[in-house]
Amino acid sequence: MSKFQFPESIKSRPVYGTLKARPGKYHLMIADAEGAEAILHLHEQDAGLMAKAHIIYIPKGSNLGERLRAIRPAQYYEGPTYEAAASRIERVLEATHMGTQIYLTGTEGLMGQAMRACMNAGIPHTAIQTEHRGSVARRMQCVHCKGITEDVETDPFECSHCGLNLFVRDHYSRRLAAFQGVCIDAEDPGNVPEKVELYK
Amino acid sequence: MSAAPQRAKAGAEKIEVIVSAVLPLNNLVTRFEFKRKDGNHFPTFSAGAHTVVHMRDGDRQRLNPYSLMSDPADTETYAISVRRDDEGRGGSLFMHNNVKVGDAMEITYPVNLFSLDLRAKKHVFLAGGIGITPFMAMIAQLERSSDPWELHYSVRTEALGTYVDQLVSKYPNKVRIYYDDQSQSINLENLLDGQPLGTNVYVCGPKGMIDWVHKTAAAAGWPDANVHSEEFTAPQPGKEFQVRLCRSEKTITVGENESLLEAMEREGVDAPFLCRGGACGQCETNVVSSDGEFIHRDHWLEPDEHGNKIMPCVSRFIGKSLEIDR
Repeated sequence: MSKFQFPESIKSRPVYGTLKARPGKYHLMIADAEGAEAILHLHEQDAGLMAKAHIIYIPKGSNLGERLRAIRPAQYYEGPTYEAAASRIERVLEATHMGTQIYLTGTEGLMGQAMRACMNAGIPHTAIQTEHRGSVARRMQCVHCKGITEDVETDPFECSHCGLNLFVRDHYSRRLAAFQGVCIDAEDPGNVPEKVELYK
Repeated sequence: MSAAPQRAKAGAEKIEVIVSAVLPLNNLVTRFEFKRKDGNHFPTFSAGAHTVVHMRDGDRQRLNPYSLMSDPADTETYAISVRRDDEGRGGSLFMHNNVKVGDAMEITYPVNLFSLDLRAKKHVFLAGGIGITPFMAMIAQLERSSDPWELHYSVRTEALGTYVDQLVSKYPNKVRIYYDDQSQSINLENLLDGQPLGTNVYVCGPKGMIDWVHKTAAAAGWPDANVHSEEFTAPQPGKEFQVRLCRSEKTITVGENESLLEAMEREGVDAPFLCRGGACGQCETNVVSSDGEFIHRDHWLEPDEHGNKIMPCVSRFIGKSLEIDR
């Protein structure tokens, strides 16, 4: 099973649900890696969705793409990274209308960035469905240099831009689609705790 | 000075006003304009806000909420438009029959339970009859900020089309009027289809129209957050009932033609309120004990709260005994 139960945390930390088929004119599904399983589950709930669905999928090394293609969405796109798919997502959101349902599933980084694109297009975040699947790695912003480090798996970690040792916080920014990383050894440089895998 | 915490009076702060104009618009609707008695400016308000007008009708105090329909940026004058309801509880009749230019009245500071979502990319207004009033203020506000809007306004007949001429001549490309007596009606499914992402819909009118808009929009996949509505429920008459107010240590009788809130006010109990229409939640009161049936008429309480809470502004009770925490 690719689902992970996140422990309760501060209010800022996003909470994910379970995707449900909803009435709509058009269904935009954006997923990465094991998120494909949640979309397959959605198809089991209501196969009729697929005739009006556009799936945008970033496999991230998984081999579930063929199964998504097999449920025959009206449109299917597979791309190597979120960055590669981003301009397509923006274009789709520009052309779409009210009555579109959004389904986001997979890693937190994918869901966060896709949600930001949807919010910028005018969809309230409360109307966007999400379901976490797969890795618990995080998209982190260094609060010092503002650089983003993708897929952070340990706490602390080194900022991929400025190299500071950063503590992984649950403090999340919807605008940046990233958690905040704060220097852990600012007062005593070099005194860095042992790296621990997230949620281990 | 005592150390006791200061207790705010119920309701929004009041402003003393003088009626500066009474303008009949058609057979049913009259506009009332107010200026401040002290000569100062009114506060600007956000479009969609209402004010509660205090009417002194003999020894009876009537408090009715009305949407402010003047331009929110006009701080000289506040205006409301009142539809006469011959079958109602008498507030609108009092306004029509008794209120004259030069009268001194009290109105509350504006309270907004129907505000524009300024993040919206486009605003679509659906008005039924006197439901046009909040949209008059919203249109003035959006024209100033050059935000896109359109109005679909359903009226019974040409003669009862309040503000129709003004709206159509000023905004011919943004306003569409539907006349009931010519069998014209808003084609809502069609209207909702193809609206740009980020469109917000606002509806003000009879309850049936509001329910229809919420239902149709939800079926078309619109998020709840993009569909706004306002309906003031006037308290309905009902059977007389007794209620024990345990904090005030009083047992009072709620008459046939008054609300529980009004009965408490009549007895000098300072009960909280804002909208007096079952929408704002301010008057929510805990039920201590009850033996009987509630008649909940508000839009505030969740169904699972119906046994242990009541909104005294619109809801009633039938049964042996009721005790509330007030």
